[in-house]
Amino acid sequence: MTAISDQQQLSYIAAQAADARVNVEIESEGMTLNLGPQHPATHGTLRIVAKLDGEQVIKADPVMGYMHRGYEKLTEVRTYPQVTTLINRIDWLGSFANEVPFILAAEKLMEVEAPPRAQWIRTILFEMSRIANVVLFLGDMAVQVGAVTPVFFAFRDREHILNQMEAVTGGRFHPNFDRIGGLKDDLPAGWIDETHQVMKKMRRFCDEMENLVMGNEIFQARSRGIGVIPADVGLSYGLSGANIRASGVDYDLRRDNPCGMVHDQTDWKVWTHPDGDSFARFWVRLQEVRESTSIVDQLLRTMPSGPIMAKVPRIIKVPAGEAYVETENPLGAMGYYIVSKGDLVPFRVKIRSASFSNVSITPWLLQGVYVPDIITILGSLYFILGDIDR
Amino acid sequence: MMILSELAYWESTSLRVVGGLAAVLLMAGTLVYIHLFKLVSFMQSRLGPMETGPYGSLQLLAEVGKFLQKEDIFPRKADRFVFAAAPFVILMSTFLLVVVVPGGPDAWFIDSDLGIYLAMAVSSVSVIGILMAGWGSANKYSLMGGLRATGQLIAYELPLILAVVGVVIQAGTMNMQGIVLAQADGSIFGWSGIGNPFLLTQAVGFFVFMIAMQAELTQSPFDMPVAESELVTGYMTEYSGMRFLMFFIGEFATAGVFSAIAAVLFLGGWYVPGIDSASNAFNVIGPLVMLGKVVFLSFLVFWFRFTFPRFREDQLQKLAWKFLIPIALVNIVATGILKVAF
Amino acid sequence: MGLVPGIVKGLGVTGGTLLRTVFPGGVKKPIPAPIKGAQTVQYPHEKETPVARARGVIALHEENCTSCMLCARECPDWCIYIEGHKEKAPPRRAGGKPRQKNKLDRFDIDFALCMYCGICVEVCPFEALFWSPEYEFSEPHIADLLHDKSRLHEWMTTVPEFEPYEAGASVKLKKVPAL
Repeated sequence: MTAISDQQQLSYIAAQAADARVNVEIESEGMTLNLGPQHPATHGTLRIVAKLDGEQVIKADPVMGYMHRGYEKLTEVRTYPQVTTLINRIDWLGSFANEVPFILAAEKLMEVEAPPRAQWIRTILFEMSRIANVVLFLGDMAVQVGAVTPVFFAFRDREHILNQMEAVTGGRFHPNFDRIGGLKDDLPAGWIDETHQVMKKMRRFCDEMENLVMGNEIFQARSRGIGVIPADVGLSYGLSGANIRASGVDYDLRRDNPCGMVHDQTDWKVWTHPDGDSFARFWVRLQEVRESTSIVDQLLRTMPSGPIMAKVPRIIKVPAGEAYVETENPLGAMGYYIVSKGDLVPFRVKIRSASFSNVSITPWLLQGVYVPDIITILGSLYFILGDIDR
Repeated sequence: MMILSELAYWESTSLRVVGGLAAVLLMAGTLVYIHLFKLVSFMQSRLGPMETGPYGSLQLLAEVGKFLQKEDIFPRKADRFVFAAAPFVILMSTFLLVVVVPGGPDAWFIDSDLGIYLAMAVSSVSVIGILMAGWGSANKYSLMGGLRATGQLIAYELPLILAVVGVVIQAGTMNMQGIVLAQADGSIFGWSGIGNPFLLTQAVGFFVFMIAMQAELTQSPFDMPVAESELVTGYMTEYSGMRFLMFFIGEFATAGVFSAIAAVLFLGGWYVPGIDSASNAFNVIGPLVMLGKVVFLSFLVFWFRFTFPRFREDQLQKLAWKFLIPIALVNIVATGILKVAF
Repeated sequence: MGLVPGIVKGLGVTGGTLLRTVFPGGVKKPIPAPIKGAQTVQYPHEKETPVARARGVIALHEENCTSCMLCARECPDWCIYIEGHKEKAPPRRAGGKPRQKNKLDRFDIDFALCMYCGICVEVCPFEALFWSPEYEFSEPHIADLLHDKSRLHEWMTTVPEFEPYEAGASVKLKKVPAL
């Protein structure tokens, strides 16, 4: 054995002392398990400090902020058109959907409204980004409970959606396509037919997922009755989106607060599930993807013609005032509270992102579950780290 | 291997060691290439490795070269001896398993009358290796993985052995060679066209054996101990380089060897219908027939592995104790009664 | 549980994908051809063509640039560097006053900083900037990602024509200037 230097020995003693301190703090023979910040189940850098008794969780605390990028502060020094390119990166899987509430809030302050064709295309892209986002959830949830193949299918079929997004916006991940008063550009020729085909493929993907994951008895055994959120608890923690609809709350901003988008022009249904467990959250999201494909199909058929940009000045100055707009994003309700002082830049922007509220329930939800169920629950709550930390 | 008996002890022993190494490593390599690299990739609409050699066939050599170059890292607080020894214990159990598997009427490593008994005994040694790895790593994830693995492997040892008992009763011998011959020379109600593969009479046993085997190999849906998405490969978390490679070889070689044992027990081993079982030709084609059957059975293993999500530990314990063991016991009783009746 | 257990259905999905990948010809042409059946592309050997609107790299049509600095000011991460000076150009008509003309000395885009948002292309009032779908310009040294004006001008050869619009659009189709 090599001799241990003094410094090594000191650091060893310090480490031992730190361990002892932790043990005294929690006053038990239990074990503190750090899930993350680098852990495959946390989609990035969420950290969960779980205090365990055997494999049972006594107490679990989510630790956030490892990916904080300061978007709320950055927006204060960027002009309105520049902000859209930043907020693309909040929920990076459904990035177009991030732009929409911000643009709608700015439009509300400027008192302009996008022309119908722009609203139609906006809604189509909004729903497509929902599909792009939730499809990955369907694969990823299966990976969290141990099936490897579904995530490859998810990436394979999400590619079609991204290709269509790229054909319109030019960007696969960060479209930066929504503008105050309309859209940047119109659709390229042939896009509508291709998108109908893609929607067909997505419905086939949903069937595949139903057979491969949702119908699987092992998956059901792993997810049914795990992480049950009663409706009142979910509401008190501010859950939104599919997470709260899976608890039986019939709440969907696309229907309840239709501003600036044309979901009310189509025939669709808000899916809810009475159980509130992990399986219900998977089930609701799967149905929503199907519903979104049908919304896109209907809107493509009824697309009006006309301009895609309202009359807005070339240099955008938003009049002084405050506006808050919330939309039903893939992860849940997302809103922007804009305070303007009449400048080129917003005075303050508060971003209400869905995942932040959705993970805030984890300390309540993870009490008393087993370690494997932590992963199931985190997977089924479905958060994007960029959406938590902003 | 008639010649073996004429050689000196050290000569025959070294021949056996070389043969065993070749059998395990070649089989593991074939399975990894065919299943893990190719068929599973096709299942996921992709191609797998394509650059190294035609259709990526030399990828495995590249991987081994990569692992050999990597630094062999020991965690600071690891129990160094236990940590270092664990992969060897696991590999040793694999190499001892292959010893009893016959590849032809005269192509065997040892012809023991306790064949299958020895195999079952040796296969449980790997539990110790896994526990050593889990404990020695000084990592919470590894420890949990190791403990889960121990509980699971011990639980599934039982249905595995009980499924074998049915075959042993029917064949009337524990000698692996004898089990193959019993199937080759057997007959179904007087018709001896395809012999009597025990897959037909021991279908329940085969079913139990395959499930228990999946669990023994800690493959999904029974991969709770290694669960990448929560325990980050469990007891293997802290291993790197050469030692991780040994775990990797151990995993796939054991899959191959267990498939070989299943092939011997239920599919007639090296025998194919149409050729007399005493024919010398089987010494040549026997190993190939075995490889074919192994590839087929291990395809099932990998197909299940890449399709299903995993059970939670309590669920898989329930499956073992409340479902597999009872039906294996019923199978034994039924086999015994039928054996006496006919 | 339906007529077929979900476990078996799942095996059917993966097994079916396996068969579809290996035999893309289906039952009629059962020849194994996984390279055709797989969804992936073997990248350096075969390449997917990006769509015309894809935001790959920014091309500069130098003749149109008046060094007005609009793009540099609107860029969210300030990765465009422009320097210019004023020059006297000969008068349009004989006997007239000599014109003032902006001469572009430096036009650099630092693609290591660029977010590929396309705001510069959009704000340019003189149609001097264009998106090219070209994406293979990675460099071993990060400093080499600073493309100067001659490099940016070279990208103009890769700029595709603008696609025609879908029926019902009332946007005027723009044209890429000839080199």
